[in-house]
Amino acid sequence: MAKITLNNLSHSYVPNYTDADLVLRDINIDWKDGGAYALLGPSGCGKTTLLNIISGLIKPTKGDILFNDKNVTSLNPVERDIAQIFQFPVIYDTMSVYDNLAFPLKNRDLSDTEIDSKVREIAEMLELTSTLNNRASGLTADGKQKISLGRGLVRSDVNVIMFDEPLTVIDPHLKWILRSKLKELHQKINRTMIYVTHDQTEALTFADQVVVMHEGQIVQTGTPVELFEKPKHTFVGHFIGSPGMNILPCQIENGQINFAGQEIQSNSNIKKNNFQKTQLGIRPEFIYFSDKGIPVKIKRVSNTGRHKIIDTECSGGTIKILSNASTEIPSGSTHISFDQKYTYVYGDNWIIE
Amino acid sequence: MNKTINQKAWFFVVPVFVLVAFNAAIPLMTVVNYSFQETFGNNVFAWEGTRWFKQILLSERFHDALGRQIAFTFIILLIQIPLGIGIALTMPKKGWGVPVCLILMSMPLLIPWNVVGAMWNIFALPDIGFLGYSLNAIGFDFNFTQQPGDAWFTTILMDVWHWTSLVVLLSYAGLNSIQPAYYQAAEIDGASRWATFRYIELPKMKKVLTLAILLRFMDSFMIYTEPFVLTGGGPGNATAFLSIDLVKMALGQFDLGPAAAMSLIYFFIVLLVCWVFYSLMMKNEVKS
Repeated sequence: MAKITLNNLSHSYVPNYTDADLVLRDINIDWKDGGAYALLGPSGCGKTTLLNIISGLIKPTKGDILFNDKNVTSLNPVERDIAQIFQFPVIYDTMSVYDNLAFPLKNRDLSDTEIDSKVREIAEMLELTSTLNNRASGLTADGKQKISLGRGLVRSDVNVIMFDEPLTVIDPHLKWILRSKLKELHQKINRTMIYVTHDQTEALTFADQVVVMHEGQIVQTGTPVELFEKPKHTFVGHFIGSPGMNILPCQIENGQINFAGQEIQSNSNIKKNNFQKTQLGIRPEFIYFSDKGIPVKIKRVSNTGRHKIIDTECSGGTIKILSNASTEIPSGSTHISFDQKYTYVYGDNWIIE
Repeated sequence: MNKTINQKAWFFVVPVFVLVAFNAAIPLMTVVNYSFQETFGNNVFAWEGTRWFKQILLSERFHDALGRQIAFTFIILLIQIPLGIGIALTMPKKGWGVPVCLILMSMPLLIPWNVVGAMWNIFALPDIGFLGYSLNAIGFDFNFTQQPGDAWFTTILMDVWHWTSLVVLLSYAGLNSIQPAYYQAAEIDGASRWATFRYIELPKMKKVLTLAILLRFMDSFMIYTEPFVLTGGGPGNATAFLSIDLVKMALGQFDLGPAAAMSLIYFFIVLLVCWVFYSLMMKNEVKS
C-alpha cells in the first residue's frame, strides 16, 4: 500500500522533443494511501501514458514518481510492486483459472500452502471458486477480466492496483455488476486503486477523487460533485454531464457580465478583465423557464424518458436546458433565467472564482 | 424457411469436377490400374491382384527407404522448428532491421529446388567446394560422395538452409500478433523470460507452429529434387528417400506394377499422417 506522489512529470515519445511533442506536461498529483482515484479524459489525452508511467512500463522524460515518499522513477514494475489490469483480459491460455491466479505468487517463490490459501481467498471474493479447475481460455470475457483482476489482488504486497479501461470488452449489463464488485473490493481490501477511463459514469461511480485530463494536462482534480457543480475549466464542463455545460461567449464591462443584451449574476468574483475571451458557463440542469430574463426561442425538445432536453436559441447562441419529464415546456418564444449559484465566468477557459 | 429445391445448381460444380478429374482422379486411377496388373508393354496387361502390394510391404528395400525417410523428416523437424522459433524470437520487432531480416529470410525460399541441390552439390564438393574444401583443410575427412554420414550431414544442412526460413516467417507472424499488454502483464506478474515464452509466446504461436510442422512434414516427406541433384540417393542407397527410390524403381528398372503399388502406399502414409495431425489440431481447437 502506498501514497503516490507525482512531481512535475512530463513525457514525450520522441527523443528530441519540442513542446508540441509532449503528451504529458507538468503533472503534479498527490494521492493518499488506500484511496480510489480515476483518471478521466477523452482518447489521446495521455491518461494511459500516465498510468503506464506510474506502473513503470514507461520511463518519464522528466519528473519523479514517489511511492510513500521513496523515489521509484528508475524502478521496473516488479520492483514497484504494482498490479495492472488492461483494457482487454490478459490471461494465460494454457493454464487453469487456479494456475492463472497462482502465477504471480509462484514467480515470487511463495510456499505452496501460502499460494493455495491466497488463491482460494481471492477466488471466493471474485466468485471464481466453481471454475477454479477449468481452463482459463474457456471463460467468458467478464470471467477472464475477473482473472486479470484476481492476479493483481492475490499479491498482498501490492502498492497500487491500476485499471486501464478494464470494462471496455464487457457486456453492458455485466459492466454494472463488475463495477460494483470493484467498488466493494476497494472497501474490503483498502488498497490504492487508480482507474483510467473515458467514460464519465465509470469514473464518477468508482472514484472518490477524479482527475480530469485534457491534451496532456490535468485540468481539474476533485470529487464527482465538485466536477459537476464547479468545473474549473470549460473542458470539464463540456466533458462531464450529459448534455455538457453550456459555454456561452459573454462580455465583461466594469465587473458586470453582459450576455445577450442582459446583465447576468454569477458566482464568479470578477476583479480583472485581461482575458482574450470570456465565457459564461451554466449547466443545463440549472436553467429555468421564467417570465422575464433572457428571451429565447424553443428549437427542439427531446424526451429521454426521465428528462427532457430542450434546445433553445437566443441572440447569444444555442442553450441547452434539462428539465424533468413532467415539466410543461412553453412553446415558441419564452424567457429563461440562470441559477446564480451555479453560473460561472471563464477567462481563457479557466474559471474565475 | 422453405428452401427451394433446385438441382440445376449441380451444373455449377461441373467445371471443378472436370478439372479435378483430369488433374488428379484420372492420373491417380492409372496408377491404381498399374498397381493391380502386370504389363509387358504394347498395352498388354495381366491381372495380379494384391501381389505388388504384398511384395512392396514385405520388401526390405521399401522398409529401408521408409526408415531413411522417417529419420530424415524427424531430424529436420527437430532442427528446423526450434531453430525457426529461436531466430524469430531474436528478430527485431520494428525499425529498419525488419525488412532486412524478412528479405534475408525469404531468399532461400525463392530459389528453385534443383538450383538449391546444384548449389549445395558444388558448395560441398571435397576438392573444389568451399564447404567441402574448408572441412578437409581443417582436418575433417569429409566427402559426401563417398561417405554416407557426410551425405546425410550435407542433405540435412541443405534442407535446414532451404526451409528453416519458412518456420521463421510463420513464427515471426505469430509473435507479432501478440498484443503488448500480454508482455506488460507478464512483466508485472514477475514472469521470467522463459515463463513468458512458455506461457504467452508459445501458446499464442500454437496455430502457426502446427501449420509449420504440417507443411514441413509434407514437404520433407515427399522431398525429391534437392537430394536427387545433391547425392542422387547415394552413396549406394544411403540417401535414397522414398521418392528417389520410387523413381528408381519406376523409371530405372521399369517395374511399373510394384512402383505403382509403392506410390499408393506412399500416398496413404502421407494422407494418414496429415489426417491424424489435422484431427488432433481440430480436437484441441474445439476444447478451447
